[in-house]
Amino acid sequence: MSHSDTQHDVHPLSAKSYVVGFSLSLLLTIAAFGAVMSGALTGVTEIVAVVLCAVLQIYVQLHYFLHLDGSSEQRWNVMSFAYTVVIIALIVVGSLWITYNMHKLMMPGA
Amino acid sequence: MSDTTVINPHGEAEHSHSPLDNQLFGFWLYLMTDCILFASLFATYAVLKNNNAGGPTGHEIFELRYVFLETMLLLFSSFFNGFAMINLSLNKVKQTVLWLIPTMIFGLGFILMEINEFSRLIIEGNGPDRSGFLSGFFGLVGTHGLHVSVGLIWMTVMVIQLLQKGITPGVRSRLLRLSLFWHFLDVVWIGVFTVVYLMGVM
Repeated sequence: MSHSDTQHDVHPLSAKSYVVGFSLSLLLTIAAFGAVMSGALTGVTEIVAVVLCAVLQIYVQLHYFLHLDGSSEQRWNVMSFAYTVVIIALIVVGSLWITYNMHKLMMPGA
Repeated sequence: MSDTTVINPHGEAEHSHSPLDNQLFGFWLYLMTDCILFASLFATYAVLKNNNAGGPTGHEIFELRYVFLETMLLLFSSFFNGFAMINLSLNKVKQTVLWLIPTMIFGLGFILMEINEFSRLIIEGNGPDRSGFLSGFFGLVGTHGLHVSVGLIWMTVMVIQLLQKGITPGVRSRLLRLSLFWHFLDVVWIGVFTVVYLMGVM
């Protein structure tokens, strides 16, 4: 990964990577806020659009800012991240699933 | 910090892991556990979201223009931090510090806006004790803000170390980990503004 003590950089850092990542993040943020603030979208479409913008922006920032990619140096970072995504899904989806059912079954008249 | 290249039996070059790589990977694993902490807080918020206990809903207390400005401050801060890291990789002490300063100012701006939002809510009687929704809100957004505050303290220490010691292997390692931390907090904020604020006013 490194080539010498004096020129040690962990990733081949380029300004381009940050400028591209920043521009895409800016666009996706404006798109998400714009969709809600303008009231152009409603209901499920609005939720899908906003979630899609968020997922894309998370991908953009992981790729361009945190330099998470398919390179061999990043293999274990990607693997531990993939594992974490599974745990996050279990926690979030599991919690919502259980409480939704509890609410439905145990609240009379709800 | 020396790095050796060995050729494995398949004829591919293999890089041995330097202490710096191990430190960065260790810190990455910490960030993954932090992801799980935030996931728990997101789940808690999502479960409590509709429990207003007669108090205000997100629609009544969230100001999207304000949140958009907060988001911009944090995004610019993350961007400036990238330029500090580029200059670090070029071993330029002064330029690294010069980019870290706007990183800190924008991060501080974000935190001050959040403190202002929290104090306004609490003064209006809509503190974390008002309803389940507000408990979840303060828990999630407050934990993120606490992380950003710790990052700012860390960054202040690193600017002092850069000025006093220059770019030593230790300083470089700490700065690279701080950079991971700072970008990571911006990634978490994407989730916060989407789930809490944007979905809160829909």
